[in-house]
Formats: sequence, C-alpha cells, structure tokens
Amino acid sequence: MSEHIMSSKLYYTIWIALLCLTVVTAAVSFVDLGRFNTVIALVIATVKALLVVLFFMHVKYTSEKLTKIVIASAIFWLFLLLALSMADYGTRLLS
Amino acid sequence: MSDSPIAVEQHGPELLHHFVDAEQQRDAATLGMWLFLATEIMFFGGMFCAYLIYRYAYYNEFAAGSRSLDIYLGTINTAVLICSSLTVALGVRAAQMGKRKLLVILLLLTIVFGLAFMGIKGVEWYQKFEEHHVPGHSFNAADLVKEYPQIHIDQQHEQIYFSLYFAMTGLHALHMIIGVGIFIFLTCYAWKGRYTPKYYTPVEIGGLYWHFVDIVWIYLFPLLYLIDRKPLR
Repeated sequence: MSEHIMSSKLYYTIWIALLCLTVVTAAVSFVDLGRFNTVIALVIATVKALLVVLFFMHVKYTSEKLTKIVIASAIFWLFLLLALSMADYGTRLLS
Repeated sequence: MSDSPIAVEQHGPELLHHFVDAEQQRDAATLGMWLFLATEIMFFGGMFCAYLIYRYAYYNEFAAGSRSLDIYLGTINTAVLICSSLTVALGVRAAQMGKRKLLVILLLLTIVFGLAFMGIKGVEWYQKFEEHHVPGHSFNAADLVKEYPQIHIDQQHEQIYFSLYFAMTGLHALHMIIGVGIFIFLTCYAWKGRYTPKYYTPVEIGGLYWHFVDIVWIYLFPLLYLIDRKPLR
C-alpha cells in the first residue's frame, strides 16, 4: 500500500454526509412505510458503513488486494451465518 | 553499494529486521489488523444473528422495547461517534504529514468524543435501571404493556429484547473502553514524537479499530432504536 494522503476537504465532506444520513434515518423511522422502514434503515446504515470503510479506512485507495479479499470474505462469512441460521429458524419457528 | 544483497539500508529503529522495508512492514501490520477485524465481525455476528432470530419471532416486544429507548440520545451518540471517526481520520492525515501537535490534539479530541459517548450511554443505561427494564429479578415491563394496549406484549419475550440490548451495547461499550485505552497510549507516544511520516503504523491501525467500532454502532443504532417508531394505528 503506497501511502496516499487524502485532502482534508474530502474528509469533511464524508463527515457531513454521515451526519446528514444519521438525521435522515432517524426522521424516516417516524414515517409509516410498512416493511420498507426496516429496508431503508438498513440501506442507510450500509451506505454509512461503506463511506467509513472506503474513505476513513482508506480501502478505496489501497492497492493491497489481500485487504479487499479479507473484507469480502468476512462479509461473506457473516452472511453465511445469518442466512443459514434464518433458513433453519425461518422454516421451523414460525411455520 | 545499495545493489549488494547484504547492503544495510539507512533506516530508523522502527523497522524490524525480518521486513524488507518500511512499506512491507506497514502492509503486514495493516493486513493483520484487517484479519483481526474479520474475527471481530464474526464475534459481533453471533449477537446480530441472535438478534435477527428473536426479532423475527417476537416482533411486537422488540418494537415496544425499541420505542422505550431515547431516540434523541441515540441520535446524538451516533453523531458523537461520527465526529470521533472524523478526528481519527484527520489524525492519521496529520501523522502522514508529520504534524505532531495537530496529531496530539486530534487524538485527544477522539478520546473526549469517546468518553462523551460512554457518558451518554451511561445516562441511557441509568434510565433503564430506573424503569426496571434491566433483565433479571426486578424486570418489569408492565408500563410498556399499559402504554401499547393495541399490541400484545409478553413480558418474558420483552426481557429477551432488553437482554440483547444490554449485551450488544455492553459489548460495544467494552470495545469503546479498549479503544480509549489504545488512544491514550497513542497520544503519549505521539507527544514524544515517535510517529513520523515514515512510521505512523500504530496510528493507522489504531484508527482502523476505532472506525470498526464506529461501524458496529452505525448498525446497532437502527437495529435497536428504530425498529418501529411509526404511529400506532
């Protein structure tokens, strides 16, 4: 990973975007959108997490492919845990 | 002479002898931190999985429990953590540019934000103790049953929501305490001028840890506070 110094302006932009998304997700939760409330809350959380990972954690500018593989596989394992658990509980618990 | 395989390059004492150069050392340390964070994702993942299963099974109780949390304190705490992430990111930048004083100030600001988060969290926990919403012998959710007559609330299932609330925010708070400890350590060394544009790896990977803890909260906030805030019919 060659060091890349980001401009502080970009950091402030990301910071303001994160703060705005926080206010938006809190405000939207009061609007009745049915099951889409949960979907929107999770989409906004994921966008915020992506902003932090890509810019604050410098993943966008790293040339190290191993780092990206580690991140991708960690997310994959997490989804495996959640998906297989719900495949079990979802079909037995509430059927 | 530099072409010779046994040539000894000029470098600072921070370069360990089993690394070829500073860049390789930094890459190895960063990758090691990411591997640790991958295990942390699975560590928190178990809790998120338990949360998912019980939220699916006892949605009413989870919704009522979520409504009883203070959304304003929760939102403020999210903003506080985001501010701390900004100071960390700017701190790494200051280290890259060799600005020692700025680095110390930003690290101290991060600690202040971290402690502010813990303080607000403490206020929220205290409220839960007062309301008897802490799982255990004195748990009593009769106030929630009374407040939401439209939905059926089972007190035992309500206890599961609050068990998960305390376990997840508690585990997150433990990570914050460790993070503050790491940053006190970093501040001391930064003050002594140990970090230079050539060697700032501890600041970088300490920052990665802090950002990770921030991301966990970014998910905990909607999952615990914002389950169902819309007006009840």
